[in-house]
Amino acid sequence: MSQDIRIKKGLDIKLKGEAEKVTNKTISNNVYTLKPEDFHSITPKLSVKVGDKLKAGESVFFNKANEYMKFPSPVSGELVDIIRGEKRKILEIKIEADKKQVFADFGLKNPKEMNGDEIKAHLLASGCWPFIKQRPYDVIADTAKTPKAIFVSAYASAPLAADYDYVLTGKEKELQTAVIALNKLTSGAVHVSVGKKSNSPLEGLDNISLHKVSGPHPSGNVGTQIAKIDPVNKGEVVWTITPQDLVIIGELLLTGKFNAERIIALAGSSVQSPKYFTAKIGTSIAAITDGNLKEGEHRTISGNVLTGKAQNLKGALGYYDNLVTVISEGNDYELFGWTAPVFKKISTTRALTFSWLTPKKKYDLNTNTNGEHRAFVVTGQYEEVFPLDIFPMQILKACMYSDLDEMEALGMYEVAPEDFALTEFVCISKQPHQEIIRKGLDLMLKEIG
Amino acid sequence: MGLKQKLHNIKEKNKDKKWLPAFSAFHTFLYTPNETTHSGGHVRAADDLKRTMNMVVLALVPCLIFGMFNAGYQHYTALGETVEFLSLDALLIGLIKIIPLVVVSYVVGLGVEFIFAIIKGHEVEEGYLVTGMLVPLIVPVDIPLWMLAVAVIFGVVIGKEVFGGTGMNILNPALTIRAFLFFAYPTWMSGDKVWVHGAVERAGTPDAISGETVLGSLAQGNDLVYSVSDMFYGFIPGSVGETSTLIILLAGLFLIFTKIASWRIMLSSVIGALVMGLIFNGVADAGLISESSKFYVLMNTEFWYHLLIGGFAFGVVFMATDPVTASQTNKGKWIYGFLIGFFAIMIRVFNPAYPEGIMLAILLMNVFAPTIDHYVVQGNVKRRLKRLKAKTA
Repeated sequence: MSQDIRIKKGLDIKLKGEAEKVTNKTISNNVYTLKPEDFHSITPKLSVKVGDKLKAGESVFFNKANEYMKFPSPVSGELVDIIRGEKRKILEIKIEADKKQVFADFGLKNPKEMNGDEIKAHLLASGCWPFIKQRPYDVIADTAKTPKAIFVSAYASAPLAADYDYVLTGKEKELQTAVIALNKLTSGAVHVSVGKKSNSPLEGLDNISLHKVSGPHPSGNVGTQIAKIDPVNKGEVVWTITPQDLVIIGELLLTGKFNAERIIALAGSSVQSPKYFTAKIGTSIAAITDGNLKEGEHRTISGNVLTGKAQNLKGALGYYDNLVTVISEGNDYELFGWTAPVFKKISTTRALTFSWLTPKKKYDLNTNTNGEHRAFVVTGQYEEVFPLDIFPMQILKACMYSDLDEMEALGMYEVAPEDFALTEFVCISKQPHQEIIRKGLDLMLKEIG
Repeated sequence: MGLKQKLHNIKEKNKDKKWLPAFSAFHTFLYTPNETTHSGGHVRAADDLKRTMNMVVLALVPCLIFGMFNAGYQHYTALGETVEFLSLDALLIGLIKIIPLVVVSYVVGLGVEFIFAIIKGHEVEEGYLVTGMLVPLIVPVDIPLWMLAVAVIFGVVIGKEVFGGTGMNILNPALTIRAFLFFAYPTWMSGDKVWVHGAVERAGTPDAISGETVLGSLAQGNDLVYSVSDMFYGFIPGSVGETSTLIILLAGLFLIFTKIASWRIMLSSVIGALVMGLIFNGVADAGLISESSKFYVLMNTEFWYHLLIGGFAFGVVFMATDPVTASQTNKGKWIYGFLIGFFAIMIRVFNPAYPEGIMLAILLMNVFAPTIDHYVVQGNVKRRLKRLKAKTA
């Protein structure tokens, strides 16, 4: 059943500031932040209040629609602040870490001896459930449904992405334990994809269906792999989970502790010495970038430049992220930028843009849009970087005019916003593709469910 | 304080003013805006719509320059005077006749665009940059400027703005303008006088000169008087920019290389035209049509001559490939292009009133492009449904 995936359509965005494969000490940090907005479509309900003491792994809030779905504290400490926005929406929950970390004990488990329901209950109780996402809709998995397969992409092809082979080294035991648990949750297989040339710790795992991936980005996107291996049909559900979160689940089962620690990369052209660090979920950006940024105005992103979220220095490492990218802001005008030959930016055309001459060059891109927002004009451009068997422009337009039937027919169940990151990157009309798809998915989730 | 800062301050100070789009149109020409990404990805590729449109304008400039020389050359040749093609005399006639066309086209067209941008409160869009350049190149050299102005207003308002502006129109705006001229002033646009400067005012006088195009002459049943090389290089009468197949071919290759225009449409149009031409040649060869028929001469014209004469090459390279009005799917582009070529030659041969088919063929296929796309997209939808059925069965 194992099959290799090779894609041709796509685009590798090569940026300066790749992280050097050296892991620095654990970042010490005082205040950790949880952001409910990391969990799309979840309405949080707090289970603790300001001043309460928490152990690492204890629930901070739960899903209003499903009280069993708990969201844990990454550290032990005291809940010091809750920052709210409009209509008292919870934006951030701040937890001040204790000097000596105490973990909640969820008990040692052997997944081989557990059935699916027991594993499900255990993951929910320990706060590991939110790591599992589902398609359709790209939200946290619905506990009531059984997926036809579970997909893990251990190949990161996004710009400056942390190298999974490097960050997962030595975690075989945790990964194997987690995979055994996941196998009990699906009627189908657990598909694991690794890079064709890579030397992944996941390659030797049992109970998986292994796929070797090659080709340009978005070959590492789990959405691309689902489409090539076992696409989502109407009525079907698949789950996705990142390998670094498998490690956390594995550790939970093996030790009974919820350990939110990962090896993350700090990368980007504005970073003085891009490297790997050990850090926990919710670590503040300031602690990660401390003293390691170049002069100038930057954008700090939790995640990669295509799909990450902008954070200011007070922000925090996102719940699902293992990368912080820092690039320069592009809030400056450029004289005759629309007509002068371009050597320092990436383009898929050759319209006096010369990145086609130097496919191996690494670029220092900033956040300028390089032009104004326009209606869709040019055609055929998205298809060149979009490997799914879906018409990208047509599905975007269907989302814009909210035609549910058409969205469904064109393949909306198969996509996530990140699948449209590259079409958004190359878009001449500078349309917000990911936002359009996210809104479309939200509408479908609300109307169809 | 530099110019950059001054302009920035004006923009910031007048954020809520109605006329800001008009200011921005000039501002963004000078400086690409300081806009940064605020949703989705944080970086964007280098190209924007201005750059894209600018490439097409760049590709059109050689056609314009050639058209200027040719205007003078045809003028003097018709008068019986010998003049070098690349001479100052020829260029002078071209400059005097054609620069006003370009100016009227841009001033009137952009004027309409600015008004609509201000009324609707959106930015001035770049679509007219190309349309404004196309228009002077697809009209006869002696067209009165008022006629052009009326047509441009009609084309931009009815052809584009009523649909919502650039990106929303169904018909190619430049061809809408051309079609308006053709149907509103048929005696002008389809006569045998307007194609050479000076032919109109001399008509009926002893100094009368002929201003016929190759196609017009063939449609009258006359023999071809120009050599193949003349037709290929473009030393023939015709609309301002359409005559030189060589220059258009180079421009087409440039647009394909820069990935601005669709090679699929260009290639399939040429194939479509050749197929139709071969069919007509076959009909003529087989004796299915009598030599006295008024269609005979055009039908019997070597099939590949059709690529060299009339506006075929120009239409295929610059107008059939307009992404907004063409098919949007890759498969659709093959069908769309093929049918344009096919119908262009068919209309050319069978339309006695006006022996050029490419304009009507493109407009016709503009209307059908969404239908073609619909069926291509349905193919994808059916594939998805089939996958589901195979699962549940």
